[in-house]
Amino acid sequence: MTTSTPERETPGTPERETPGTPARETTDSATSRLTGQSRSLLAGPDRGRVNRNALRGRPRLYTSYAGDSALLNTPAKRWWTLAVILLALVLPFWLTRDLSHLLSVAMVMAIAGIGLNLLTGYAGQISLGHPFFMALGAYTGAVVAGEPGSIVIGWELDLGIALVLAAVVPGLVGLVVAPLATRVRGLYLAVLTLGLLMLGEQVFKQWASVTGGSGVGRAGALPVLFGNDLEQTYAVGPLLIEPHVSLYLLCLVLLVALAVAARNLARSRTGRAFAAVRDRDIAAEIMGVNLLRTKTLAFVLSSAYAGVAGCLYAILIGRVAPEQWNILFAINLLAIVVIGGVATISGTLIGAAFVVLLPRLLEWLAPWLPFVSTGSGGLITIFQLESILFGALIVLFLILEPRGLFGLWHRIRTYFTTWPFSY
Amino acid sequence: MSAPLLRAEGVSLRFGGNVALDDVSFEVRPGELFAIIGPNGAGKTSTFNCISGVYRPQAGEITFREESVLGQRPDRIASRGIARTFQNIELFDNLTVLENLLLGRHHVMRAPWWKAMAWLPGTSREEYAARLEIEYLIEFLDLTAVRRHPVGILPYGIKKRIELGRALAMQPELLLLDEPVAGMNAEETEDMARFILDIRSELGLAMIMVEHDMRLVMDLADRVMVIDFGRRIALGTPQEVQRDPAVIAAYLGGATDDVLESVREELS
Ligand SMILES: Nc1ncnc2c1ncn2[C@@H]1O[C@H](COP(=O)(O)OP(=O)(O)OP(=O)(O)O)[C@@H](O)[C@H]1O
Ligand SMILES: [Mg+2]
Repeated sequence: MTTSTPERETPGTPERETPGTPARETTDSATSRLTGQSRSLLAGPDRGRVNRNALRGRPRLYTSYAGDSALLNTPAKRWWTLAVILLALVLPFWLTRDLSHLLSVAMVMAIAGIGLNLLTGYAGQISLGHPFFMALGAYTGAVVAGEPGSIVIGWELDLGIALVLAAVVPGLVGLVVAPLATRVRGLYLAVLTLGLLMLGEQVFKQWASVTGGSGVGRAGALPVLFGNDLEQTYAVGPLLIEPHVSLYLLCLVLLVALAVAARNLARSRTGRAFAAVRDRDIAAEIMGVNLLRTKTLAFVLSSAYAGVAGCLYAILIGRVAPEQWNILFAINLLAIVVIGGVATISGTLIGAAFVVLLPRLLEWLAPWLPFVSTGSGGLITIFQLESILFGALIVLFLILEPRGLFGLWHRIRTYFTTWPFSY
Repeated sequence: MSAPLLRAEGVSLRFGGNVALDDVSFEVRPGELFAIIGPNGAGKTSTFNCISGVYRPQAGEITFREESVLGQRPDRIASRGIARTFQNIELFDNLTVLENLLLGRHHVMRAPWWKAMAWLPGTSREEYAARLEIEYLIEFLDLTAVRRHPVGILPYGIKKRIELGRALAMQPELLLLDEPVAGMNAEETEDMARFILDIRSELGLAMIMVEHDMRLVMDLADRVMVIDFGRRIALGTPQEVQRDPAVIAAYLGGATDDVLESVREELS
């Protein structure tokens, strides 16, 4: 007889109060009875904090749950983040106008990529319709804060308002589409969102008063933020802030804010629910996760992120035509998520930089690549090489490292920190 | 006697022509450990699925605390206080042990997404409170060493424990355990039995346990229900049930008298 003999006492009355009351709050120490731990350490004003002196030289010991679950929970992460942000702030003053513009585009694509990653990476709902929501954001911004033209309408309001509405309108459209999108999954969802993309393209082509019409397009919102025209050069102390620098800084601020918000969401109750729905939806439901609400939220948030990105994208590019929100754009966005790493925000930043900067890098390298033609001769054009590389990278990452560049970096880091041990 | 916590009455469930449950009735009292046993395919897991809202029986009624659960979504039933584990482990493989357990707190937590995005004080307070609860469970279930590991890479026995922890994190009033020791060795089984006993004595939860390990069932359960081909063939204390000829027949088909005798000895 291996199992211990149970004390066959008559089952006690349940410890719980009547249903429906906030009794759960008062019984929340129930689990503590299982271990009989003392709560006194956690009760005082310091709530389990350890004396600072005891910590000196042991930075990797967490002394509170807040420290443990913080976004930047190691000194290395804090220093790296600080360094990257400082570098990002300095770069536009140092780089050429052309390159800092390219970086701005990368940051905008990162915002869109984070939105898509929330939906596809975290909540597991694949979507090819993301450019549709970017377009909605672009046109919302253009109508609200754009210049009116002979065909197109534009109200010339402040960019601040335009950016808010560029999140709200796609979010609301997302809310309308969500009941359909949450009923299907996997391949069916991919096809459904592709349908949305094609439907959108037709609507945008016809609706000339908003989009400028097929083949023509329109300019994005005017960059007048809180009354300041960003097309002028401003002097802040010794610094000259040129138009391309102000746009860059605007993109940077929005990217940082939206990335932090997404990271916060990911480590919260909602983020866990996303992941639970992705990994096992039925089990998630039995654990108390409302499937419909969770998927809808992911869809709406992702659309809002896309909208903000679309609004900024139109401003940066200068002119957007209805044709450009197409399947190739959708694939580029998926490439950002897959190459950067599914369900990581920092990975998406890397992925966006990679996808936006790679073509430029190839252009630079082209003269040294004999098989690439820059004018005449050579086997393939630079655009073909680009498509081939993206395609190959997506396939490679999906098969070899689903966590993308982020995962690759993680592996390398683990390898070196644990060397010479293999795990 | 106090009112039953869960009451199933005449529950019938069919898949096409295949009858999974046929007019099954039982009651679970508060704080009771109620076991359901039966041969493979008898309908034990289906019973759980009816209670937790995954399947909707074609006939019959299931009430929890005098209120029907039929037609309610699984997440609603979960938040009313029914938690369960699964026969084939259903953990969220890409999440860490901590995150899996925290998911059990999902229905108690309230912070909305927009507060979470700004990590407003309400959110963080709630997260840390949940974390504290989870830490007790981690210690109780001896999972300290693997807290941060993604559950996908952990061994089977530990996964079973994590599933138990996740269900406990929900602070249910009724815990459904689907084969908690299936596939475990003697030592792991003993650990699990101890956990179940501790949960009972410390938390006073009512539990329904489906299990093929007869020794465990007969040791732990207050009452046992036996089903075969979806029909209830016996219900009573472990002693009553193991003397029941219908039960012995169900488990052994047309076995001879000596076999029955040896089985009886084995069981008692
Ligand atoms: N989703 C389903 N679709 C069709 N038939 C099902 C479904 N779920 C269960 N069944 C059938 O219902 C019957 C009871 O299955 P159930 O899983 O409840 O058995 P069980 O008692 O849990 O068996 P085991 O001991 O093998 O776990 C079986 O005949 C099974 O084939
Ligand atoms: Mg079963």
